[in-house]
Amino acid sequence: MAPRSAAAKSAEKFPTPAKLTVTLVVNGIERKLAVAPWTTLLDALRQHLDLTGTKKGCDHGQCGACTVLVDGRRINSCLALAVMKDGAQVTTIEGLAQGATLHALQAAFVEHDAFQCGYCTPGQICSAAGLLAEGRAKTPDEIRELMSGNICRCGAYPNIVAAIETVLSAKPEGRR
Amino acid sequence: MTATTYIGVPTSRVDGSAKVTGVARYAAEYNMRGMAHGVVVSSPIARGYIRRIDTRDALAVDGVIDVLTCENRPNLAGSDEKYRDEVAPPGSPFRPLYDDKIRYSGQPVALVVAEELEIARYAATLLRIDYEREQPLTDFEQARAQAYVPPKKRDGIAPPAEDLGGAKRALAQAAVRMEAEYRTPIEHHNPMEPYATTAIWEGDGQITVFDKTQGVQNSQQYAANVFGLSPDKVHVMAPYVGGAFGLGLRPQYQLVLAVMAALALKRSVRVVLTRQQMFTFSYRPATIQHLALGAQADGHLVSFAHDAVAMTSRFEDYQENVVNWSRQLYACPNSALTYKLAKLDLYTPCDMRAPGGVVGAYAIECAMDELAHAAKLDPLELRLINYSDKDQSEDKPYTSKELRACYRAGAEKFGWAKRSREPRSMREGSELVGWGMATGIWEALQVKASAKAVLGRNGDLEVSSAFCDIGTGTYTFMTQIAAEMLGVPLYSVAARLADSSLPDAPVEGGSWTTASLGSAVQEACMGLRGQLLRMAQRVDRSPLAGARLDDVAFVDGNIRRKDDASRAVSLVDAMRAGDVERIEQSATFEPEDDGKHARFTHSAIFAEVKIDEELGVIRVTRVVNAVAAGRIINPKTARSQIMGAVVWGIGMALHEETLVDHKLGRLMNHSLAEYHVPVNADIHDIDVIFVEEKDDIINPLGVKGVGEIGIVGTAAAIANAIFHATGRRVRDLPITIDKLMR
Amino acid sequence: MNNFEYSRAADVAEAVRQIAADPGAKFIAGGTNLIDLMKENVARPTRLIDISRLPLSRVEDTKDGGLRIGALVPNSDLAYHPQVEARYPLLASALLAGASAQLRNMASTGGNLLQRTRCYYFYDTATPCNKREPGSGCAAVDGVNRMHAILGTSPHCIATHPSDMCVALAALDARVLVTGPGGERAIAFEDFHRLPGDTPHLDTSLAADEIITAVELPPKGFARNYTYLKIRDRLSYAFALVSVAAALDLKDGRIQEARIALGGVAHKPWRDREAEARLKDEPATREAFTRAADAILRNARGFSHNAFKIELARRTILRALSQAAQASPQSQSDKRIAGKTPQENTSETGRPR
Repeated sequence: MAPRSAAAKSAEKFPTPAKLTVTLVVNGIERKLAVAPWTTLLDALRQHLDLTGTKKGCDHGQCGACTVLVDGRRINSCLALAVMKDGAQVTTIEGLAQGATLHALQAAFVEHDAFQCGYCTPGQICSAAGLLAEGRAKTPDEIRELMSGNICRCGAYPNIVAAIETVLSAKPEGRR
Repeated sequence: MTATTYIGVPTSRVDGSAKVTGVARYAAEYNMRGMAHGVVVSSPIARGYIRRIDTRDALAVDGVIDVLTCENRPNLAGSDEKYRDEVAPPGSPFRPLYDDKIRYSGQPVALVVAEELEIARYAATLLRIDYEREQPLTDFEQARAQAYVPPKKRDGIAPPAEDLGGAKRALAQAAVRMEAEYRTPIEHHNPMEPYATTAIWEGDGQITVFDKTQGVQNSQQYAANVFGLSPDKVHVMAPYVGGAFGLGLRPQYQLVLAVMAALALKRSVRVVLTRQQMFTFSYRPATIQHLALGAQADGHLVSFAHDAVAMTSRFEDYQENVVNWSRQLYACPNSALTYKLAKLDLYTPCDMRAPGGVVGAYAIECAMDELAHAAKLDPLELRLINYSDKDQSEDKPYTSKELRACYRAGAEKFGWAKRSREPRSMREGSELVGWGMATGIWEALQVKASAKAVLGRNGDLEVSSAFCDIGTGTYTFMTQIAAEMLGVPLYSVAARLADSSLPDAPVEGGSWTTASLGSAVQEACMGLRGQLLRMAQRVDRSPLAGARLDDVAFVDGNIRRKDDASRAVSLVDAMRAGDVERIEQSATFEPEDDGKHARFTHSAIFAEVKIDEELGVIRVTRVVNAVAAGRIINPKTARSQIMGAVVWGIGMALHEETLVDHKLGRLMNHSLAEYHVPVNADIHDIDVIFVEEKDDIINPLGVKGVGEIGIVGTAAAIANAIFHATGRRVRDLPITIDKLMR
Repeated sequence: MNNFEYSRAADVAEAVRQIAADPGAKFIAGGTNLIDLMKENVARPTRLIDISRLPLSRVEDTKDGGLRIGALVPNSDLAYHPQVEARYPLLASALLAGASAQLRNMASTGGNLLQRTRCYYFYDTATPCNKREPGSGCAAVDGVNRMHAILGTSPHCIATHPSDMCVALAALDARVLVTGPGGERAIAFEDFHRLPGDTPHLDTSLAADEIITAVELPPKGFARNYTYLKIRDRLSYAFALVSVAAALDLKDGRIQEARIALGGVAHKPWRDREAEARLKDEPATREAFTRAADAILRNARGFSHNAFKIELARRTILRALSQAAQASPQSQSDKRIAGKTPQENTSETGRPR
């Protein structure tokens, strides 16, 4: 649509970047999307794929709300350009449950009331999934330290640690 | 109260599954075809005027739709009244993009609207704005000299109580005295979800708004007023709110900008603030508080003087209750309280979790600790000596006050008896150990609120209200109350909230939601009970014939006689007998004040710190918070509320502070990397105790609310523990390494 | 964020060709700092050259018994690499003290070297900053400077380098291998980062058309007597107020060699070889450590809000040397600070060996 305002435009051209085709395997499904280089993986998920479970809390890698698993590793999707992840396997919060059955971490978060407002929660859970896969956290101190990249302003930390401990102790392979 | 099935039983959040699977959508998460994206441009200067705005380059970017500024904005209301929302303080509320005057650094000066977020963000960097700069004043210490008593009081905020006795003379004659000045900094709420509004253009002037707010009807009325619309043209919803902590009590500027753009462009627009822009509106105001306490040698208070200065903006007199608490908490015959404001070139502060109480209690409870030390008394002993069974400010007894039980339960759980009184007397390994305590107090507020209950023929029950759930568990407790009242399983109940078309409710805040909405839901369900019983009596040879409501119980989907459980009619049969598809009942709860009682929640907080003295590194290793807050509807979510508030208290004590560059008049640590809130590693054991507190006066449910009490006093308990560990009294929050080393 | 073009480099030579051809171009690997700065409109590259797929992700032994770390090895992989854990635990510890697990999974070794300062003013385009906009002035000198430098400052810039990894690499005498149009060269770690002087916009001695390909560690890893001690405003996920990488080579309670590098105090990881040399042949006592700390900080200068860092740095150096001497390195998950405050003139190593 035409600009509402009659304000003058510069004669100088300010083009926007051409879109590139990127293939992402998101939660097991191959998705092709046309994104400009300046689109982050986070915005691609939220806006292009309507996967809004992954949250934008700070957009600068300072809160962890945008945590997803890329090729099995937890990362801050706000600091990754979608074009750079061409061909990657991405797991988001929407991909953890098996149908109606919650992932063990999801069930533990509900059981331990490990959230209030829920906004940091998908990032906490994806981060915890990454933590279990890494197998480095064995003690509560180690869980706390390795979950410190996920800020919870509601202050559910003790319940988050309890939820993760529950899953960790139920899953011997997680302990390594 | 008789045994309950759901009320008082720890219950997992009914919205839990939506939140852990990513299904719950927040204000910025409604995607639709043709939606435009607005990016806010913020003022780099703190005070002055916009001389010229050059939008030509920005408009030349492919995909930019428009740039809205004070020069081309659509018509906005011209009187302050139209911008005054439910909780506005006295003054002239800020009007986004209204004129060329810059009132604070970070003020929104333009909205760039484009087809895509990234395009708008890019074009925003191309805007050229010339400013006429004036020197701002943001230094609170400097402005303090001009502090004044606010001429017009803010609704609902009691001004300092009148002098009691003669505090000055009593202090001079006191056997034990303390006198000190305490400082608390600017803090920012920083909910995890950035402020956002999605304004959906429905055609024919109708706008649907997903707003990040604590009050959908507040946002609705405000937007209608500002844009001169009929409220029924503005439909506001906020089904999920990613934390707010008071920041969402007032409609914020992104709401105006999104609706403005949607109306101007006749299309749907989303405006999301950046984390940096989360520092461009309200905050907890800094305070400087002077306390002078006097006591007899045995610890009985004889004088209590509390003088506070807080900051506000140039355009509004934001006020909170900082100084009244001592009068409500301790028995003392002589008391003098003052509260003043100092104006700065900053935005207006707003309520932030336990506004006023949390800063006031910090100073009061540290002062009590100092007095205890001076009197060579155990700090808990000093509180018990001065325990008051009435609110001295109005000379009224409490509806209930189980603070003594909080002290007892908390101290026992914590092991307070094993504390050695002298500072620096406890060690563990290389660390100094400190044990500190404090008292918490918060008003048990209630407000007028409505709810509706609808029962369908198949037994599905829906309860609804316009209240919001900002993570506090509102969906869950209303489900519990409704299920309890009608004797149906939790899964048969659907709770609907945060939609301006639902029954009226004010903003969600002040810890008043459970008491107010819970009572309304209970009343609506009572109405359904009556209707159901009447229908059940129409069943052929009804086993409930002649029964009154008092004679029956609603249990397991049945209405049955209390004296003979075998005489029952199921809800489904009753509905069939009534031959109705659905029955409904609306109810409005209006708090009753008999004028004879004071209403407060109380708590006792005990904290342990371990400190590496050489390096000033502080670890808060244990906190016990014992709370008396009437009846607890859901111990599971209530515990989380208190626990989260303790985390806030730890942040307040050790981390949180917004830093201001006074030359630039600008907040500098505007990010989550540099504005420190606690992370997981900062938090250890937090024990929450709810002491039994029966309150038959406050409301039929006996509920007081727990959203705020958990933070009140926590920072003081930690500061007192730090003193106990080190012998150093830091009276300036947060207690960072540099201050402890000084 | 400005408009930019995106390209990928197939190999190192092409990466160098691409960057040499475009003065507005920047390499991107992990992106953890560059994307952050681009969103703040602080970095405005006209082209991003994606080097994340170059074959620079290996950790391998060097001929002289050291370790060569590819520039694209993620921080987390490096921290948990068995060779690093066993031979260079100081580096592993420093890596784990930095950022968060997610960021460490993304951040590359080379990118970590090129991290920019966390100075509030550098990040905020509404304020003057000589590093961001040469000649605009330094607002931090009389502004909010609690986090800022106390060593090696200039009137033009008092920013600090924020990396933890680099502090350990400085202590370990690493070398940075770079490739430019003229071929490969090695830069001693101390020469890689610069002091601000009157050109604070230049953080490093890397030329605009060079790419970091690897970091090399010499054989000596100080795997027994070391520590990385980071002091910050909260217990994790915060930049250092002061951090110290300390490493000692001890024989019979005497110091054969000492390495002390400081983070959070200067525009670069701070080494003072003269002060280190004075510890040679000294007994590992608090007295000796105090002399070293005082020597390192002899020219330290505080500003309005950060003068406390001088004393904090002194105490952190003492504690770190004590931890190193006692072979009780700081844990990065247990937040108790290891090692007790030692007494004057007592040996720090316990019984002589």
